[in-house]
Amino acid sequence: MSANPEHGVAADVDFVKESQSEEFQELRKTHRSFVFPMAVFFLVWYFAYVLLADYFHDFMSIKVLGNINMGIVLGLLQFVSTFAITAAYVSFSNKKLDPKATKIRERLESEGVN
Amino acid sequence: MNQLSILAQAAGESTQVGNPLVNIAIFLAFVGVTMVIVLRASKNNKTAADYYAGGRSFTGTQNGTAIAGDYLSAASFLGIVGAIAIQGYDGFLYSIGFLVAWLVALLLVAELLRNTGKFTMADVLSFRLKQRPVRIAAAISTLAVCVFYLLAQMAGAGALVSLLLGIDEKLGQSLVIVIVGALMILYVLVGGMKGTTWVQIIKACLLIAGALIMTVWTLAMFGFNFSDLLGKAAEVAGNPEILNPGMKYGVSETAKLDFISLALALVLGTAGLPHVLMRFYTVPTAKEARKSVVWAIWLIGAFYLFTLVLGFGAGALIGPDRIQAAPGGVNSAAPLLAYELGGTVLLGLISAVAFATILAVVAGLTITAAASFAHDVYASVIAKGKSTPEKEMKIARRTVLVIGVFAIAGGIGAQGQNVAFLVALAFAVAASANLPTILYSLFWKGFKTRGAVWSMYGGLGSALLLIIFSPVFSGSETAMIPSIDMVIFPLANPGIVSIPLAFFLGWLGSVTDKRVEDITKQAEMEVRSLTGVGAEKAVDH
Repeated sequence: MSANPEHGVAADVDFVKESQSEEFQELRKTHRSFVFPMAVFFLVWYFAYVLLADYFHDFMSIKVLGNINMGIVLGLLQFVSTFAITAAYVSFSNKKLDPKATKIRERLESEGVN
Repeated sequence: MNQLSILAQAAGESTQVGNPLVNIAIFLAFVGVTMVIVLRASKNNKTAADYYAGGRSFTGTQNGTAIAGDYLSAASFLGIVGAIAIQGYDGFLYSIGFLVAWLVALLLVAELLRNTGKFTMADVLSFRLKQRPVRIAAAISTLAVCVFYLLAQMAGAGALVSLLLGIDEKLGQSLVIVIVGALMILYVLVGGMKGTTWVQIIKACLLIAGALIMTVWTLAMFGFNFSDLLGKAAEVAGNPEILNPGMKYGVSETAKLDFISLALALVLGTAGLPHVLMRFYTVPTAKEARKSVVWAIWLIGAFYLFTLVLGFGAGALIGPDRIQAAPGGVNSAAPLLAYELGGTVLLGLISAVAFATILAVVAGLTITAAASFAHDVYASVIAKGKSTPEKEMKIARRTVLVIGVFAIAGGIGAQGQNVAFLVALAFAVAASANLPTILYSLFWKGFKTRGAVWSMYGGLGSALLLIIFSPVFSGSETAMIPSIDMVIFPLANPGIVSIPLAFFLGWLGSVTDKRVEDITKQAEMEVRSLTGVGAEKAVDH
């Protein structure tokens, strides 16, 4: 084990060719088509909340239920959306990403990459 | 005025609560149990992967719990409960940023990082770029973030001592800082990442269980009606505004802008914190890294929900005036609430957990800094890759000693200083110096060495400079140096300027760099990051 990671990858695997293969491009597309829109969505939603809490105090102070106001409700919804996105990502990865990634990994490993 | 100070004094006496001996005894029990576990764990510390990454043998669930233990510092427990109790809704805003930030780690960073790196953040950043300059820059920003975070934790330890152990003299507090520092050095030196991880797991369980008990108890006192609890908090505070946003960040336009800056640093900083990133290497596969983050999100989310109840609960049951008059001020809200609910025993338990929290977080920071120095600076740059793993580990252990002594000295020196800005600074540096480069190198083919170097130094430098010329450093009564005034930048948090700047510099440096990067390495990194082929395996004992 040297300090500069030499990754124990066999030299005869052509990563450039592999990265351009249809199979890998498909995996890359599937991955990005989920994580990018989701990242944009939660950032926009989070900053919408931040701006509301920062500049729209009257709106956030509207009582919804007893003493529970809009601010508390929207704040708790941030928790809910975080948990929901987490669960959605796990289920997406298990169903769509892992099988594709495992297939490519196993093929490359059988070609001599370790 | 006179009347007010008598009132404060009376309140101060009445809030001198609990029995320090009980607090100390419970803390010693924690140290005893964790020490045995650390000693047992250390028997298998043979290779560098054992020492830095716990043999990559932790499960996702264990690592997720350890991440929660690493992340939920004393600042988030005592600080947020106190902030909600006194500033009301605005205290809650912190917790949301701290939680949502984990989605960046989950979706964009954790698994890809696990698949491409070995021990440190620099492994990933320098994978396909020029090794030396990128590794040095990454190591410098890693060390900077760790040191800021470490100093804040150690200074917090001093404040906690006066609050929980009733030790008010400076000498006594210094002694406790020395003890905490020495324990931390021992844990990290003997136990390595494995020992550190177990300390964090135990601490996370204690902290979350303690917060859960207090939350259920508090809610029970209001017949499980959260609305009633809020009503009572507003009534005791004598100010219905405590339930609405704006008490802290709504006072001026500058304060509002400052809040946006803070929100940006919080949400983008977490996935750039080197001690959080390093935790992803302690699991065997990317799938386990994903599981870790998922567990961490559930635990951290639950914890922050508890702090919402605890904060308003402390406001309702104790009241902002009594909290502010108690020794420790804002930070005393959680301990006072524990005493109000469960008397001496619950207070002792919560105090011990608070100490354990500092110990666990400090240990995690120290091992990260030591790994970065030994692995990135020493082995790759000074010894130019000709070092042996044995030599590298020796250097890492020495670095632990140096950092430990430095943390103790810094903690003693920073006593009584307002160092809260150090945590904000650590997040801002992580978000501006680390995250842009991490994201670019994982997702942008056109990213080049010059872009990485400009982005990291630019982000680090601008964050540091803006903090030095901000009101938290000089010019106001609560600043670190109140006597001089060199305020140019009006915001307490530099993120709103330094984060976009670092992203811009990363782009600009890359498009102007004429150097042709290695396309084979680039392709290899991309294939490896998504498939996990050739990723570092768990150590088999």
